[in-house]
Amino acid sequence: MSYFEFLNEHGITLLLGTVTTVKVLVCSMFLYVIISMIFGLMRLSKNYVIQGIATVYIEFFRGTSLLVQLFWAYYVLPFFGISLEAFTAGVVALGLNFGAYGAEIVRAGILAVPKGQWEAAHALNFTPAKRIKRIIIPQIFPIILPPAANLTVELLKATALVALVTVVDLTFEAKQINSITWLSAQCFGTALLIYYIIARFALVPFLRWLEVLAARKVGKERI
Amino acid sequence: MEMGWRWDFTVEILPQMAIATLNTILAAGVGYAIALIVGLFFLLGQRTPSKIVNWINREIVEFIRSTPLLIQLFFVYFVLPQFGITLSAWVCGMITIGLHFGTYLSEVYRGALEGVSKTQWEACRALNFSTIYTYRRIVLPQAFPIAIPGMGNYLVGIFKDTPLLSTIGVAELFHAATAVGGYNYRYLEPYTMVGVIFLTLSIPAAMWVRKLEKDVNKAQGKVKK
Repeated sequence: MSYFEFLNEHGITLLLGTVTTVKVLVCSMFLYVIISMIFGLMRLSKNYVIQGIATVYIEFFRGTSLLVQLFWAYYVLPFFGISLEAFTAGVVALGLNFGAYGAEIVRAGILAVPKGQWEAAHALNFTPAKRIKRIIIPQIFPIILPPAANLTVELLKATALVALVTVVDLTFEAKQINSITWLSAQCFGTALLIYYIIARFALVPFLRWLEVLAARKVGKERI
Repeated sequence: MEMGWRWDFTVEILPQMAIATLNTILAAGVGYAIALIVGLFFLLGQRTPSKIVNWINREIVEFIRSTPLLIQLFFVYFVLPQFGITLSAWVCGMITIGLHFGTYLSEVYRGALEGVSKTQWEACRALNFSTIYTYRRIVLPQAFPIAIPGMGNYLVGIFKDTPLLSTIGVAELFHAATAVGGYNYRYLEPYTMVGVIFLTLSIPAAMWVRKLEKDVNKAQGKVKK
C-alpha cells in the first residue's frame, strides 16, 4: 500500500487522535501553570509548614516517574473510592508532575528579580500582595518563559503517555492502526511527524511570541 | 475484593520487585552509557566546519528532541523488523534511549565547551599548542566540571524514563509491577511500591547531583547563594 493510500484510509483517525492530544496538552498546560505559580510562591514562604508542604510535593512528583503517577491515578485511586475518567486522570497526573518542575522554575525566577525591586516596593509602602502582584510577577515572566518553554515542549511529548491509560490520543490511534494493519513505519512515522509539526510550527512559535510579549511589557525590546 | 493495604501481599511480591529493580538500574546504566557516546557524535556533527553537516545535525537533534520517546520506542521496535533487522526489546530500548538522551547530552557538552572562556583558546594559540593538545590539556579539563551537573541530571532523567521500556516488553520494575498486578488483580501495592522504590533511588541521586553542582561552582570560584 502506498503512503497516500495509507493516509487516505487512516488519516482521519490520526487527525482525530491529534485533536485529543491537543486537548490534553492545553488542559494540562493550564493546570501546570497554575500549580507552578502556587507552589513556586509557597516554596518561598517564610512559614515553615507552607514551605514544607511545597517541598514535599515538588520532591515527590519530581522523584517518581510520570508513568507511575499516571497509572497510580488511573488504576490505584479507584481503590480509595476516587474513580477518574481516563482523560481527567491523564490531565491531572500531567499537571501535577509538570507543576512540580514548573514550581522550581517560578521559584528561581522570583529569586532572580533584583533585590532593589523588593526594597523599592517596600519603600513605596506597597502591601505584600501588591508588591508580588504589581512589581515582582510582571518582572519574572521574561526570566521564567524560556525555561518554561522547554518544559512545555516536554509536556507535549509527555502527553503521549496518556495513551497508556486508554486515552484515545494520537499515540493510541497510531498503536491501534499498527495492530490492525502492521504498517508500523507508516503509522508511527506519521505520528512522529505530527508531534514534530505541532512542536516546531505551533507550540514553539507561540511560546517565542509570549517571550517577546513579556520582554516588551517590562521594556526590554530585545531578548 | 479486600480494600486497603495488604502487608502480606507486599512481602510476597517483594523479591520479584527487587530483581526487577536491578533490571531497571541496569537499563538506566546501559542507556546512559550509550547516550553519553551518542551525545559525543552529535557534538561532533555540531562542531564540524561544514555548514551542511551542521544543519543536518541540528535538524536531526531537533526532531528527536521534539517527539515523544514512547513513539520512538514503538518506531524502533516495530519498524526495524520490517527491514529484516530483528532486535530484542532490550536492545531496541537501549538504542532508543541512547539516541533520545544523546541529543540532550550533546547540548550539555556544547554548553560546557562554550563555558570555557575564549581567552583560553587565544592563549593556547599564542603558545602555539596544537588543537588536540589544547583540547586535551586546556579546554576539556575546564569544560568537564561545567558539564557534570547537566550529565547528572540526565542520568536521573533516564532512570525516571525507564518505565516506558515496559511498553515494548522489557522486564524492568514497572513491567514486573503490571504483571504482578494483573496476575493477582491488585494494583495498589505493586504500583505504590514502584513509586516508593523510585523515590528512594532518585531523591538521593538528585541530592547528590545538586551537591556536585555546588562543589563545581565552588571549585570554579563562582559563589552561589
